[in-house]
Amino acid sequence: MKKSFVRLLISLFIVVFAAAAMAANQAVGQKNKQFTVSSMKIKVGETVDFRNDDPFFHNVFSLSLASTFDLGSYPAGESKSVTFDKPGTVEVMCAIHPTMFMTIEVVE
Amino acid sequence: MKILRISMSLLVSGLLFSTYGSAQAANNNLKHGNYLRPAEVPYPAYNKPNAARIELGKKLFFDTRLSGSNNMSCASCHNPAKGWSDGLPTAIGNGGKVLGRASPTVLNTAYNAVQMWDGRARTLEDQATGPIVSKDEMNQDMGKLIKELKAVKQYVKMFEKAYPGEGISKPTIAKAIASYERTIVSQTSPFDKWVKGNKKAISASAQRGFKLFEGKANCIACHMDWNFADDGFHNIGLAKQDDSGRFAHIPVKVLRGAFKTPTLRNITLTAPYFHDGSASTLMEVMKHYNKGGVDLGKGLDPNMKPLHLSKKEMQDVVEFMKTLTDIKPVVVK
Repeated sequence: MKKSFVRLLISLFIVVFAAAAMAANQAVGQKNKQFTVSSMKIKVGETVDFRNDDPFFHNVFSLSLASTFDLGSYPAGESKSVTFDKPGTVEVMCAIHPTMFMTIEVVE
Repeated sequence: MKILRISMSLLVSGLLFSTYGSAQAANNNLKHGNYLRPAEVPYPAYNKPNAARIELGKKLFFDTRLSGSNNMSCASCHNPAKGWSDGLPTAIGNGGKVLGRASPTVLNTAYNAVQMWDGRARTLEDQATGPIVSKDEMNQDMGKLIKELKAVKQYVKMFEKAYPGEGISKPTIAKAIASYERTIVSQTSPFDKWVKGNKKAISASAQRGFKLFEGKANCIACHMDWNFADDGFHNIGLAKQDDSGRFAHIPVKVLRGAFKTPTLRNITLTAPYFHDGSASTLMEVMKHYNKGGVDLGKGLDPNMKPLHLSKKEMQDVVEFMKTLTDIKPVVVK
């Protein structure tokens, strides 16, 4: 009885851990006035965390049809997230620094 | 002997590399940014500069044929004797019309990621013909200008030499002017000498000012690296904020009233300051930043906060900024 309970607990832990791992957000840094990746592919419903690793403000935004958002200005060390609900190509930029540009391909 | 030569050359190479690589380390006061100028002036692959292109661009830059009235050239607003600006609060355009923004210096625009106060032109080639055809600025018709230039034998020869087979056209005019503008770059300033280890190149006040610039005054939030500009756009809270700036081209909240950070290189030659020319002196600039600008609820940059600098500290920052002016600025020969 005791062994079965332990097995059940382990199984539950594995399932929960796997689900958490699968749901982990994608991450994009902002460093030296560049995004740390220039392009990425994600699935509809996935979330991307945009972390500011520069010692000054960034303002991530997109005016793409597939996803329009403005994360506002945020300082070093902060991160803001976007969940992408529609398929399509999303061009992501920093409003303050025009050298920062990346694309996210959102697929079904 | 041969080994000695190799050893000597390795030693010299090593010293050179060491000098370059550790130039910033030569001065212990440097904490942030890269204050070494890039080895080359950047240019697009489709318009590699050469002597013929630069010479043609220079001729066009100073030619009043480029304006509809034949009274103005590019140099009317970008005068080499006035730091490649015009010394006015805001530009004067066609027919003496006072325009809304200051004439930005041409100096170091070769290094800009985007051009103009609101960044609406990406490259110098994109920018070059904009003021020529602008009704408010030079008010020239491009078709008429091309006709006028084709009537001048010297221009026909110069265009052919610079851009063989491409003729006289809007793109070749733009490329030639851009090629010339890429020669208008800052030279060595006292600050550069100090960065490379000459401890007497700038005064004690300027050294204190630089420390404040990187620290308490937080100037490097925007005026960063060797060109003292971040290629970015900021609303710095000037008293009048009726110009939407970058927002007119990219409608994102933070860009309301935001303008491109200008270089601080040769800053003593380009007064008055700010995109509206509202500050006559560098001390006025410091006073503006010291109070954190004016927040009219129109997108004040989050870096803008009261600095609590004393008058002496502001003077020190001004002394530092003065060290960014070339010992021998670029002149026209």
